[in-house]
Amino acid sequence: MSDPITDKETKVKMSDHRQSEFLKIVGGVAKNPLGLIGLIIVGVFVFCALFADWIVPHDPVGMNIKDRLQGPSTTYFLGTDQLGRDTFSRLIMGSQVALKVALPAVFGAMFIGLTLGMIAGYGPRWLDNFLSLIFDTIRSFPTVMFALAVVALVGPSLQTVVFVVMATSIPIYGRVARTQTLALRNSEFILAERSMGASLFRILGIHMMPNIIGVLSVLAAMDIPTVIALEAGLSFLGLGVKPPTPSWGSLLKDGYALIRQTPWLIVAGGLPIIIATLGFTFLGETLRDVVDPRLRKNR
Amino acid sequence: MTAPLLQIDGVTIDYNTKKGNLRALRDISFDVNKGEIVGIVGESGCGKSTLISTILQLLPQNAEWKKGAINFKGKNLIACSEKEMRDMRGKDISVIFQDPMQSLNPVITIGRQMVDIQHRSTSPYVEKWQKAIDMLSMVGIADAETRLKQHPFEFSGGMLQRIAIAMALMSRPDLLIADEPTTALDATLEVEIIKRLKDLHKEMGCSILFISHHLGVIAELCQRVVVMYAGSVVEFGSVDEIFFNPKHPYTRRLIECDPGHIKERAKRLPTIPGEIPDLTEALEGCIFQERCSEIIAKCKISTPHFVSVGQNHQAACWLNHNQEPE
Amino acid sequence: MTLLSVSNLKTSYGKTTVLTGVSFHIDEGETYALVGESGSGKTTLIRAIAGLAPAQDGLILFQGKNIRGLSDRKMRPFRKDISLMFQDPVGSLSPRLTVGGLITEPYRIQGMNNRDLNAEAIRLLEMVGLPADMAGRYPFQLSGGQARRVGVARALALEPKLLLADEPTAGLDVSVQGELLNLLNDLRDQLGLSMLIITHNLNIVRHVSDRMGIMYLGQLVEEGTTEDVFHHSKHPYTRALLSASPKPDPHAKMDRIILQGDPPSLLKRPSGCEFRSRCPFAKDICKEKPEWNETHGHNVRCFIPLS
Repeated sequence: MSDPITDKETKVKMSDHRQSEFLKIVGGVAKNPLGLIGLIIVGVFVFCALFADWIVPHDPVGMNIKDRLQGPSTTYFLGTDQLGRDTFSRLIMGSQVALKVALPAVFGAMFIGLTLGMIAGYGPRWLDNFLSLIFDTIRSFPTVMFALAVVALVGPSLQTVVFVVMATSIPIYGRVARTQTLALRNSEFILAERSMGASLFRILGIHMMPNIIGVLSVLAAMDIPTVIALEAGLSFLGLGVKPPTPSWGSLLKDGYALIRQTPWLIVAGGLPIIIATLGFTFLGETLRDVVDPRLRKNR
Repeated sequence: MTAPLLQIDGVTIDYNTKKGNLRALRDISFDVNKGEIVGIVGESGCGKSTLISTILQLLPQNAEWKKGAINFKGKNLIACSEKEMRDMRGKDISVIFQDPMQSLNPVITIGRQMVDIQHRSTSPYVEKWQKAIDMLSMVGIADAETRLKQHPFEFSGGMLQRIAIAMALMSRPDLLIADEPTTALDATLEVEIIKRLKDLHKEMGCSILFISHHLGVIAELCQRVVVMYAGSVVEFGSVDEIFFNPKHPYTRRLIECDPGHIKERAKRLPTIPGEIPDLTEALEGCIFQERCSEIIAKCKISTPHFVSVGQNHQAACWLNHNQEPE
Repeated sequence: MTLLSVSNLKTSYGKTTVLTGVSFHIDEGETYALVGESGSGKTTLIRAIAGLAPAQDGLILFQGKNIRGLSDRKMRPFRKDISLMFQDPVGSLSPRLTVGGLITEPYRIQGMNNRDLNAEAIRLLEMVGLPADMAGRYPFQLSGGQARRVGVARALALEPKLLLADEPTAGLDVSVQGELLNLLNDLRDQLGLSMLIITHNLNIVRHVSDRMGIMYLGQLVEEGTTEDVFHHSKHPYTRALLSASPKPDPHAKMDRIILQGDPPSLLKRPSGCEFRSRCPFAKDICKEKPEWNETHGHNVRCFIPLS
């Protein structure tokens, strides 16, 4: 049986409809304890990345051979590495790299995936088949192999990482956008737009997109930790950002090499990845429940 | 006189919503006697679905039981444990829903579903299968044997609704609740279902609580009628009394509005202006006051209570309280 | 003057033939109702006229110009004159737009941005009897009746010549249904509209249409003035439909024609007269295909018309 409280019964009195949708969503997320934790972690993470230059207590690339491989102390919260660089400062700086990779990669992929997916879903059958084939082809490539190939061709850099991550996640967004478009293309409100003579751009951009983007943003929020981990992974393999730029992956790599002498180095390098992953996942999951009311009702 | 099969007595239910307390059912009382067909008429938002959930004790989490009692076969359903209720649902009380496509599992054959529903019986599979065949023939589905091996999508809407009826009657329930069972069907199929229900009722003698917004169907099928508006019962009585001698303005206007009622082409069709009141807001007086054209001063002050306005016929409207000077 | 003339229109989706040759016409200022049950092809027909469904054969003449099978781009100039109202009152409104945005959408689409869209929105809301502050609401905050009025406002924004209405009273309560039909009647008189209404509800047709046609399995089986069809129906299917509607009168006499069986599937159409499989009066002759019999504007497709 359907929920007996129909829209008609709970007639909405107009007072809150002007309230920004963004604030409503953030409010909804914050109400959930897991969502709140996610929101705080992500907030701290973004804050660190934005103001890294002011927060860091020491120069993250400045060497100080005298103090190398020290344990945690009041001067160096998380100790120093083999070149005497402050691990804490490098972590903070690393968050900047993580964000620099994650944000453009994820949003770029989301935007391109959305566009291609809508075209595939709304356009003629042959175009749909063609784009779907491309999506599937790209997805069948293991990401790391693909990354190795690209790095071998153009050399390691931040841009390469962004490109690899973007290319491999476009199909994921494209697929979801395509399915959503297919489901919506024969709905009456889209037909109504067509019956009024609306252009393709108008139908897709104004009427289709706002109904799809919610799902995709949730996907993106959950994708960000994967991307951060991937960047760390590539840097760990030495295929990511170039030293001495601190990244969480390279920290992990340094720590791994010295795991017997100074175990806290690898712990310090691993923790932010774990915490950031958890934070974004909590946020994404809660976001999904808040954005999609049907899921919320089934709880 | 035997006690009624189903006795609903002063049931009041609120939903806790973000906007405040939504008063979904307000002091609902009526009886369903053994072997009787009682119709509930009401438009959207009148609380029909909440009422069904209440009888089945399947109210959502945010529902709050304010007061009242439901007696079924002399048993107080509110005091029943979840297990007792589970045993009762589908055995003593069955339900037919509006959309048969949604109440049947699309990936399982009709036969499997009809056998599965007999899970309480200990008889062997063959007997259950035979019973399914018998029931299908009873609702007029030819070639039942082969039909049982088909999936729901292979049937038309009218056939699926008949299958749903067959399944609901399988356990020979004492009470059949039919929730707008003909609304999704075409007119020619609608009359067939009504005829079928009438015949089955004669044969099996169960009570039927028939919920519909379609007055014509109610007039044709039911013996007694309960009229609901915005979570309240406003009038109830025998079908003749309700249709020929309606005593509540809402009932009167509703009958007037039914286009089946108006034989000749009308330039202007009668309507009930306005909308159902916001059920989350406190309302003094009669629930229908905002849309009533016969409103008097008292309607805004206090809620009218039921008075007898004919044999087995009561209405809750101050206009019928003429003996009280105001 | 004939505004719309449809002749021998045929549509099929793959092997499923939905329309098997539909012909009718609508004069200027006239309201024509097409009545049929599910599967009769009425929605396909109305969408084909609006250029949203395929039509492989036949003619759709709007003011003498054939508009059958035009691409969305070529159809565009006609969109101002032909507007379509959909079945689902809320579902046909774009969910992320406000009411104000929705009803002024036609102006934006047709590039009439120079108008004062706010003023237009208020004018349109007033025309359909909604308060002006409704403009800020979203579709999900509307009741069925309100959403339907918004749909009417949007459909009439550009003052079309022809309004195609797909089940205009679907999903509405009886008490609201009348309001909508009254509104449509008023607006037709005010704006000099022609209307094509498709519905399965005979009761509403009586009060709005001048002429009507009955559809069965993608074909007209009877056509005539509303009076003629209601009082002197000739086709057994029309008779069955007319008798099927239960009346709000417990003592009503039921001399009802109950149809046998279910409507046949479009993939397995009966040979000869397609209504033969359910017709209570079918004879041997019905194994042939009946012709469309035209007599004084009351036409029927039956060998043994009832009197």
